[in-house]
Amino acid sequence: MQRQTLKTWLFLAPAGAWFLCMLVLPLVVVFVFSFGERGAAGGYVPAFTFDNFLNLGARWAAFKNTLTLAPTGTLICLLIAYPLAYFLALKTSPRWRTLLLILVIVPFWTSILIRSYAWIYLLGGQGIPSLLNALGLGNPRLINTPFAVLVGIVYGYLPLMVFPIYVALERLDKRLLEASSDLGSPPWRSFLQVTLPLSMPGVATGCMLVFILLMGEFLIPAMLGGGKVFFIGNALVDLFLQSRNWAFGSAVAVALVLVMLVTVAAYLRLTRRWAGGRDDVSLM
Amino acid sequence: MTDRNDFLSREKFMAELWRYKKGSVTRRHFLGVTGLGVAAGVLGTAMPGLRSAAHAQGSIGDRVVVASWPNYHDPANFDAFSSETGAAVDLNVFGSNEEMLAKLQAGGSGWDVFVPTNYTITTYVEEDLIEPLDLSLLPNYDPASFDPRFADAGTVNGVVYAVPRNWGTTGFVVNTANLGGLPKPTTWKEFWDMTKAEFSGRTMVHDYQLTTIGNALKYFGYSFNSIDPAELAEAEKLLLEVKPHLFGITSDYQPSMRSGDAWMSIAWTGDGLQLHRDMPEIDYVLGKEGGELWSDFFAIPKGAPHRDAAYALINYLLAPDVNAKEVMFHGYPVADARVNTILPAEMLNDPIMYPAAELLDALEFGAAVTLTDPNRAELMARFKSA
Repeated sequence: MQRQTLKTWLFLAPAGAWFLCMLVLPLVVVFVFSFGERGAAGGYVPAFTFDNFLNLGARWAAFKNTLTLAPTGTLICLLIAYPLAYFLALKTSPRWRTLLLILVIVPFWTSILIRSYAWIYLLGGQGIPSLLNALGLGNPRLINTPFAVLVGIVYGYLPLMVFPIYVALERLDKRLLEASSDLGSPPWRSFLQVTLPLSMPGVATGCMLVFILLMGEFLIPAMLGGGKVFFIGNALVDLFLQSRNWAFGSAVAVALVLVMLVTVAAYLRLTRRWAGGRDDVSLM
Repeated sequence: MTDRNDFLSREKFMAELWRYKKGSVTRRHFLGVTGLGVAAGVLGTAMPGLRSAAHAQGSIGDRVVVASWPNYHDPANFDAFSSETGAAVDLNVFGSNEEMLAKLQAGGSGWDVFVPTNYTITTYVEEDLIEPLDLSLLPNYDPASFDPRFADAGTVNGVVYAVPRNWGTTGFVVNTANLGGLPKPTTWKEFWDMTKAEFSGRTMVHDYQLTTIGNALKYFGYSFNSIDPAELAEAEKLLLEVKPHLFGITSDYQPSMRSGDAWMSIAWTGDGLQLHRDMPEIDYVLGKEGGELWSDFFAIPKGAPHRDAAYALINYLLAPDVNAKEVMFHGYPVADARVNTILPAEMLNDPIMYPAAELLDALEFGAAVTLTDPNRAELMARFKSA
């Protein structure tokens, strides 16, 4: 029994140390900094003040942008990814499936930075807008708008939504669908009552993954929003790398963590209720 | 194709190379037959320039990391430096001095050379972030040939911390093809007013507090360097009014000006010259009210990992012939009289590089206090996140 516990501790030690050094300690530092003050030339000076938190309203627009565009991006990802995952898991032969799955991952082989640059040109005046113009469909401004940022987000994060849903659908016991059909259920009803509920864990996981990453996103808005579509991540980059107000930056970071905790907790409660109180809705 | 004994045909050479690679002949046989051994020997002794300088003077390492500005270096000169010394140049491009300072303050930047602007150097010295320069390692730096107006800021309390690179102005570029009958703007007031009206959605400002806030202050006729809270509040009001009309907030504005997406942007001398050179319809304008006159410097941060390579690179770029090539590439003037004797006359007479005296007189050098003033920093951050 003793040896068993020792063994358990040994196995947990690397992960535990990692967790402590890479997550807990930095968070403690950020928390402590958030009550400090900006140094004369920037940086951090120890202090105990709530001013940084009282000043959070100055970043309201960035919070609002993030809290609108991150859920919208997640939803669009879901609407595109579900049919794609369904098609991959249920409608393709195994031979094609591997190839198609690889095609979903292939974009990850190139840096998102380079792919975002490609989008700058695609969405810029000489790209898609000039094509639309040639077709007589107007000459809309796309680059440096929230729309451009949404396109970039959906493009960048789609694979993260496809895979969890694909796994859930692929594991689906096909005999359930046969049973449903034998009992006289039309396909749309089988889908709504069998396939969809059973794939909910994948949907929940995918949404969670994409949403959490989007809340911290800063690269895509910076590149496709032209500095005009500002996420809270961009506000953080600015506070640490331009105005060098580490204390206020830490307060914004703490606020972001709190907002995420509340949203994710609420989301988990909701999905659990939708899934009929089952406990298998989890992160993978 | 001849097949004489003393001259190897291409086919024969490839056949010998193939035999050598397969291991059928020895290296000595291969070098002897092809003549490469002799050639290498002759070149090595007769032309010491072809041996790597690293060998000659002791190695300076295999790389040098540079932090600088967009469109500010001729890649060909970096390549030449690398092939001469064996040190590859790793260039990082920044949009503001604040960003450079933040990286150095955070520590572990890994830079060997960086290019700070005049008004930042006293702060770097106070914060103990840069090295005093050992001028004996920079034989190409000749203080006497530099115009002190653009060189003095590198010396703090009698110690040389930075040597001059280029100087220039901050004005704006405007694509005159899009004016549609409007007169060409000549003031910062017109710059901001046009942005709110005819040029709505087509103007860019720097992602840089000094120039963006400074030129907004110019709208009201205040000093480019003001830190007066009431004056800054007016500038902020203007910036917030203008923000919905901006195309973007970025210091890398050339791509959007070239593609025609943007029609006007705050700009530095060299970008103005490069754009005008390629697209004559783009003009560079200095606002009549004034604005910024600046000089950039080479400096070495404390704890630079490749210190020897840093000195070697700065010295290389300060050689008048190399410096002249840089100027012809980027279009920023230098304060080095030796370089100006080499530059072509049309460059020395270029009104973008060397503006009229009355326009230059209205300009101000950036002030150190703007770099550290918390209100200017927060104003810029609020403007961007609004």
